Amino acid sequence: MELRKLDPFQAFTMLGLTVLALFMLLPIVFIINHAFKPISELFLYPPRFWSNQPTLFNFQQLILKSQTTVIPFSRYLFNSVLTTVLTVAGTIFVSSMAAYAFAKQRFIGRELFFSFTIIALMFAPETVAIPRYLVIANLGIMDTYLVHVLPLLAAPVGVFLMKQFMDQIPNELIEAAKIDGAKEFVVFFRIALPICMPAVATIGILAFQGSWSQTETSALFTFTESMKTLPYYTLTLTNGLANNVVGQGVAAAAGLIMFVPNLVVFLLFQRRVLNTMAHSGIK
Amino acid sequence: MNSGSSIKRGRQAILATLWKQRVSYLFIAPFMVCFTVFIVVPIVLANGLAFFSFDAISRPTFLGWDNFLAILTQDRIFLQNAIPNTFKFAIIVGPLGYALSFLLAWLIHQLPKRIRDLFTIAIYTPSLSAGVAMSVVWLVIFNGDRIGYLNNFLLSAGIVREPQLWLQDPQYFMNIMIIVSLWASMGVGFLAMLAGLQTVNTELYEAGAIDGISNRLQEIYYITIPSIKPQMLFGAIMSVVGTLKAGSIGALLAGSPITPQYSGHLITNHIEDYAFIRYELGYSSALSVVLLLLVYGTSRLSFRLFAAKGDE
Repeated sequence: MELRKLDPFQAFTMLGLTVLALFMLLPIVFIINHAFKPISELFLYPPRFWSNQPTLFNFQQLILKSQTTVIPFSRYLFNSVLTTVLTVAGTIFVSSMAAYAFAKQRFIGRELFFSFTIIALMFAPETVAIPRYLVIANLGIMDTYLVHVLPLLAAPVGVFLMKQFMDQIPNELIEAAKIDGAKEFVVFFRIALPICMPAVATIGILAFQGSWSQTETSALFTFTESMKTLPYYTLTLTNGLANNVVGQGVAAAAGLIMFVPNLVVFLLFQRRVLNTMAHSGIK
Repeated sequence: MNSGSSIKRGRQAILATLWKQRVSYLFIAPFMVCFTVFIVVPIVLANGLAFFSFDAISRPTFLGWDNFLAILTQDRIFLQNAIPNTFKFAIIVGPLGYALSFLLAWLIHQLPKRIRDLFTIAIYTPSLSAGVAMSVVWLVIFNGDRIGYLNNFLLSAGIVREPQLWLQDPQYFMNIMIIVSLWASMGVGFLAMLAGLQTVNTELYEAGAIDGISNRLQEIYYITIPSIKPQMLFGAIMSVVGTLKAGSIGALLAGSPITPQYSGHLITNHIEDYAFIRYELGYSSALSVVLLLLVYGTSRLSFRLFAAKGDE
């Protein structure tokens, strides 16, 4: 229906983008196929892209394999889910509170603190790994669930996006609520947050992505195996894979388990994310 | 005495305003605390440690500028590998990835609304899956024997005569890192620009047509880019930070923190090498400071390029 109305330029663009999109998705299709391949197909020469007889063998192996070791697979999964949920909830709470104050309240130091946040957009934690390590070691949160969560709560991008979005809430709305006797916290939870659900979804997703697939915390800040997360476990599976064909299938299965939630979450909230990103401009 | 009491009164007034605004400080407190503890303090510490020799066990000894001097004059791996590699990697992945993000966002925007979402997902998905989840894919595709998909393809197409050791050969390693990173570079910045395009007032295009804009390139230059400059700045900063902090990709592909003959050695890898393998924490901090300055400088440059003019 709508496709017929395309002008030649659009049709050409569409064709080009389709080819590109398929190309971009190749590795994704590949990992899905690889995860469901039986061993006989993993060894096949010449290698085949599509799996002929898909099986859950690799997933079973993934679960069985870790049952023979000290820590079962489910423990890594549990750790990942727990820390990610805490991080997402924490980031939303911390970022939107700060953003609300930056956007809608007048106080001494507002501009200064917000300009720090803008500068911090340029900061990547990876650059100061050592001092971070020293700080975290001295806080005494090493090897606890807190270490998976707290460092990720310092998310300038989240505060920035949220603030830009909250700027659009009409001041009259907030004033009206205050005249009716609402306290700041009530205004924040009852009025500001519900209006900003798209931004909440967006920083939630960003926090999810940041937490769900990171290996750094598990590698540097925890030493007991039972405190480590799924991505770290996946990393140990992929090390030395070159000569281990059976391991490839299992690693692909683990990779898929990590990737799918990421995709699902984004698909669910895509519109909201774009809605928020429209206000991401730095002026 | 008079002036003294007025100062006192002034101070009391400030304290009173601060007290009145206590709710605001309560709102920003959780963020500011995390921000200070995990961002500000580490940066300050890095700047301090950079002037010491410290191995995590014995007491730090003060060195003055020696660490920086060593970086600039003695550290051959840094000067011959880390710096050129980082520049090559950053210059290709940064601007090219950024330009691609803009181009793709713009192309997607030209399509009817209903099919835009599909393409957005297809282009954005790789950046979601980058990192650990995908490492197995790259290891299998670039496998060094004939079972590797790339080798298999090139062999059967007759382009190469024997399998290439893609991930062990320093000649190819960097290029593979660049390709993989470009593949995953359409992330938050891409979304920001795509969303920005949807906010451009369509009347501007009509007005432009009347003023004599005749093709799409002129339209991009005179209308689109000026309209979405703020989003483009956000995208640029995300891209600068993302590119200069990259480092894990090399380690993932090589399967060890040190890439074959340092061919994929970036500044971040160098920092980690000195920090977690050699335990020269002071020296590693000095390297961090250099990298932070580099990121900050490049971001400032993007601010210059994209900052909205005063009257807009």
